[in-house]
Amino acid sequence: MLEIVFYILSAITLGTAFLTVYSKNPIHSAIYLVVSFFSIAGHYLLFNAQFLAMVHIIVYAGAIMVLLLFTLMLMNLNKEDEVSKPIYIKFAAVFSAGILALVLISALKTAQPEMIEYVSSNEDYQSIKVLGKVLLNEYMVPFEFASVLLLVSMIGAVLISKKEEKI
Amino acid sequence: MAVEQISLSGRKKVVSNKEMTFIEKIYLLTILKGLWITLKHLFRRKVTIKYPEEIREMSPVYRGQHMLMRDDEGRERCTACGLCALSCPAEAITMKAEERKPEEKHLYREEKYASIYEINMLRCIFCGLCEEACPKEAIFLTKSKKIANADYSREDFIFGKDKLVMPLEMAINNTKSNTAN
Amino acid sequence: MDTTTFIIEKGTIIVVVFAITMLMAMYSTWAERKVAAFLQDRVGPNRAGWGGLLQPLADGLKLFTKEEFFPNTPNKFLFILGPGIAMSTALITSAVIPWGDKFHIFGKDVVLQATDLDVSILYIFGVLSIGVYGIMIGAWASNNKYSLMSAVRASSQMISYEVAMGLAIISILMMTGSLSLKEITIQQAEMKWNIFYQPLAFVIFLVCSFAETNRTPFDLAECESELIGGYHTEYSSMKMGFYLFAEYANMFISATILSVVFLGGYNYPGMEWAEQNWGVNIANIIAIAVLFAKICFFIFFYMWIRWTIPRFRYDQLMNLGWKILIPLAVLNIILTGIVMVLFN
Repeated sequence: MLEIVFYILSAITLGTAFLTVYSKNPIHSAIYLVVSFFSIAGHYLLFNAQFLAMVHIIVYAGAIMVLLLFTLMLMNLNKEDEVSKPIYIKFAAVFSAGILALVLISALKTAQPEMIEYVSSNEDYQSIKVLGKVLLNEYMVPFEFASVLLLVSMIGAVLISKKEEKI
Repeated sequence: MAVEQISLSGRKKVVSNKEMTFIEKIYLLTILKGLWITLKHLFRRKVTIKYPEEIREMSPVYRGQHMLMRDDEGRERCTACGLCALSCPAEAITMKAEERKPEEKHLYREEKYASIYEINMLRCIFCGLCEEACPKEAIFLTKSKKIANADYSREDFIFGKDKLVMPLEMAINNTKSNTAN
Repeated sequence: MDTTTFIIEKGTIIVVVFAITMLMAMYSTWAERKVAAFLQDRVGPNRAGWGGLLQPLADGLKLFTKEEFFPNTPNKFLFILGPGIAMSTALITSAVIPWGDKFHIFGKDVVLQATDLDVSILYIFGVLSIGVYGIMIGAWASNNKYSLMSAVRASSQMISYEVAMGLAIISILMMTGSLSLKEITIQQAEMKWNIFYQPLAFVIFLVCSFAETNRTPFDLAECESELIGGYHTEYSSMKMGFYLFAEYANMFISATILSVVFLGGYNYPGMEWAEQNWGVNIANIIAIAVLFAKICFFIFFYMWIRWTIPRFRYDQLMNLGWKILIPLAVLNIILTGIVMVLFN
């Protein structure tokens, strides 16, 4: 039963992710991406990670993709306005993507799958109480760093969007 | 007294752009006040007249469809003088006059009568000037108590004498009640 | 528990909740017209059935039989998808709401809740945030500038007010220590309603729920004088009916959340006493009635506000959301924290 669900979800995830890249209309690809996010949330639910699934939906599907769609809709996306890209730029894009793939392959080739015995701690990690305690005790510093990082990026965005005052 | 303060109606209010106080600024109190006002309306008597069951009383001066009057003996009063057509600001009235024959004495009061009398209800603005202009008290807008009906074709809105002249029964009834008094 | 009985039990609850949501949404349209009429000294719909009670059926019949019109759009599928998303997001929220404590039928306890998620409130926020897609996709697919403007307004409004809403509810979560709506309801038993402890959070949440459901005074997305019909300008027949219906279903759901989180849900004073003396079933029937009374009050309140306060201007809306409600909510969190530390 669960396996079938997993296969269906994986098919949806991969299919919509492919369509996101492939479809010509940016709005369509954004909507495919939203579907992909939802099926990833479904994967989380298969792990019984309810909190993660919900936060994933709220943050990615509910906030980020809405903002993205928002900007896409405001743009004028007519065929005539599309800038035709010269052939050398296309070539450069393919070349750089190839280099990136090369680096990744060489990096992953030497990597070895680490096999650790999972320790059963008898703690219910799907419960948000346990999750909160772990996040704010064991992983306090990275958690706070992440929030500082978000704050910095937000302040940066405000700073960029503000007009420069004349001196 | 300065000119700015003179108020003929006694209801003049000087617009003030004063700073709002803190309580006014957070709006909550004013919203509650507004809610109270609307709540009072919830329990107020409804003004609607539920039409087919209740029929609104017509005002005695309501100007509806025109009526060409008959006198006490049931004769048409109109003498086709054309003053109504002349006074009509919308030029809605046309008529054709004819001389009364001796055997028609019981039909028409005056020696000249309107053989054709037409009002275009699409042009008529129901101002009542024809009524005021009529020297013979022959045309009234207040007597029929009828609203000119809607219809489909333009031709049907030209009302001839068949629709405008007061029905005979009505004239008979009027005469009866007049003599009784 | 046996799987079949489990499926039957939950299935019954889901079907009943779905039916009730639809019924409430239907009769909200009737109530809206009645309340509007009464507040303006009119009578309102009174022809179809006694007091116009069959009016929603007549409206539905009319919408179903109207001609379907498709605008000249390259995105037919998205055009149909829009109202579908709007309707389904309005309906799936009711899954986590505790309608009552439990019934005792056939010798076993039946919990009156479709599912008691550990993260109910997050689930509700998740569904709320998806609700924007229905409007955005439908409006964009309409290929109409007014619809697009409306979609932009609606989505930016919903995103901004979601923030304040989430911050307002954090202070409640600090007190209850749980994200489950059932748990929050149980903690409010015997008049320990959250509204008495968190009045500021209640006001913020209330204002935000007006904005989230696109109701007046925040109905800028459907502002007729500026945007024709808003995001459903190009829609006709039952597709438009879905949008209008979803609005009322949303209203019902947010009224439910308000009464569960702040007004104690199905709790009423003396519930425990009733349970001991009159039995579980009767006590819970009263509990459901009490919950629905609270919901109906909030639905009436939505309509009452609609016919009292005029629409906000767009900059006022944004100022209220970002410059007043969010700082207030943060302040409320800090105050709650201080009070909790001092008087624990």
